[in-house]
Amino acid sequence: MEQIIQFFSDNYNMVTIVILSIFLGIEVIGRVPSVLHTPLMSGANAIHGVVIIGAIIVMGQAAPDNYLAIILGFLAVILGTLNVVGGFVVTDRMLEMFSKKKQKK
Amino acid sequence: MQHFILLLSYLIGSISFIIGLKMLSHPDTARKGNLYAAVGMTIAILATIFLYTDENGNHLGNYLWIFGGLIIGTVVGTMIAKKVQMTAMPQMVSLFNGMGGACAAIISIVEFRHFIHKQENPSTNLIEDAMNAIAGVLHPHATATHANDKLILLTILLGLVIGTVSFFGSMIAFGKLNGNINDKTLAGQQVINIGLLLIVIVLIVAILTGFIGISITALFWTLFVIAALYGILFVMPIGGADMPVVISLLNSFTGVAAAFGGFLYSNPVMLTGGILVGSAGTILTMLMCKAMNRSLTNVIVGAFGGNAAASGISADAGGAFKEISLSDSAVLMAYSKKVVIVPGYGLAVAQAQHICHELEKLLEEKGVEVCYAIHPVAGRMPGHMNVLLAEADVPYEKLKEMEEINPEFAQTDVVLILGANDVVNPAAKTDPASPIYGMPILEVENASHVIVNKRSMKPGYAGIENMLFFQPKTSMLFGDAKKVLQDLVSELKSM
Repeated sequence: MEQIIQFFSDNYNMVTIVILSIFLGIEVIGRVPSVLHTPLMSGANAIHGVVIIGAIIVMGQAAPDNYLAIILGFLAVILGTLNVVGGFVVTDRMLEMFSKKKQKK
Repeated sequence: MQHFILLLSYLIGSISFIIGLKMLSHPDTARKGNLYAAVGMTIAILATIFLYTDENGNHLGNYLWIFGGLIIGTVVGTMIAKKVQMTAMPQMVSLFNGMGGACAAIISIVEFRHFIHKQENPSTNLIEDAMNAIAGVLHPHATATHANDKLILLTILLGLVIGTVSFFGSMIAFGKLNGNINDKTLAGQQVINIGLLLIVIVLIVAILTGFIGISITALFWTLFVIAALYGILFVMPIGGADMPVVISLLNSFTGVAAAFGGFLYSNPVMLTGGILVGSAGTILTMLMCKAMNRSLTNVIVGAFGGNAAASGISADAGGAFKEISLSDSAVLMAYSKKVVIVPGYGLAVAQAQHICHELEKLLEEKGVEVCYAIHPVAGRMPGHMNVLLAEADVPYEKLKEMEEINPEFAQTDVVLILGANDVVNPAAKTDPASPIYGMPILEVENASHVIVNKRSMKPGYAGIENMLFFQPKTSMLFGDAKKVLQDLVSELKSM
């Protein structure tokens, strides 16, 4: 019990962020026209690419003689970048079609 | 000061994600929203590279490696994303999602090694300990308290499990949508999956409490293997119309995995970004399930394609179907008042969206009212058909959603079904034994005539027979959607 209280007061800010973010995520999505389900999923997919920041920290903190950490970190940076860049570009391509059509009208 | 700018950048990043997601859910602002989120991400990444410091105030090193990885990822990612066909979009989302999952898993692996190293070489310096404890207020992962150690370990383990499941699951989903992997159901699949989940929980508890007398490194790798196995077996039996739901679910998994990374590094932008996607992704998954009138457990446990054959109606129950010639179809449509086109995955595979638009224009010139009926889960992903038809410049107003079009079928002369199947299967309404029972469908059987274009009589993705094809008012027009539409267009032109 003491540990839980300790954890809660130590990480109070983070717990708050998590709980508010959960509600925010639900609120933000709310009512989406089904037309946008795929682009939205793709956009959200790009956003969780934020995990790249963890990869950068891992990479940046790897000791120069720790080859395994370097290789893993490097791989993580590449994969994370793929997620971010690929995600945003694919989403943009999908949405481009909606706006292209709008201009013509 | 630097730390302040870093935190400010993270705040900007978090806000851009929220605004971006919000804007993504409205058609007018969607593209800008995506751009905002991308800009916010770039700011957060650059700030991390140049401004991040550990608890001792050291900056990050290995710039060559970091930028090397970023450049490789950017070039490859852009190339893949630019080159991919519109029909292959769902696979792409799944692929990139898997990359994020793998990234999260790798972070956990590296941090676990780091953690073990720290445990084996505890600091003997009292002053350092005190410093760490102070720094720990800002960086909880540096505090040396016992409870916090366990928590860090738990975070690492959960990040590993979720990231790994997400990666392997996404790869299987990618392979399935790409047609490389078929649906497979092992005997007792559900029991095996639940068993694997139990093993995962036991292993996590074992690592945390050490109640099994094996080194925790060995347990850690076992956990990794089991999680990978679960990811594969979890997606393997799921097929058919359920794939988008699974991808959306895995998408929110990766979000949660990213959030665990945020916990690990007390990084607010990872935390908000990850949790946002986690909750928004879950809601999106629910919305998709609702569109199909199924519960999430039903999707996961139900294993669509696998055991459908047993409960579906057998082919001979339907009896004969009749075929219709190209010219007859053309005449029938040209002299109709109202034609409704029902696009499905067949249209996407054949890349027939442009020729379909041409057919629609030709019919309109002849005074026929033409519109499209879009089922919420037509294609392989909600909105798949909208994106596809938008690419061919089909006006937005012509795309009608299910609730809007269903009452109109009674006044429709001809329904032209292009490679759609399960979304027009009346068994969803009439046959409680059918695996798709309860899913709302397009009620095309209310129209005067139904022309079904398919490549063969093979059942649709859900693996069940469609009684619609055997009804007297239904005619079959076999062939590749693009070829058939081209022929129809030339028939119409020569009329």
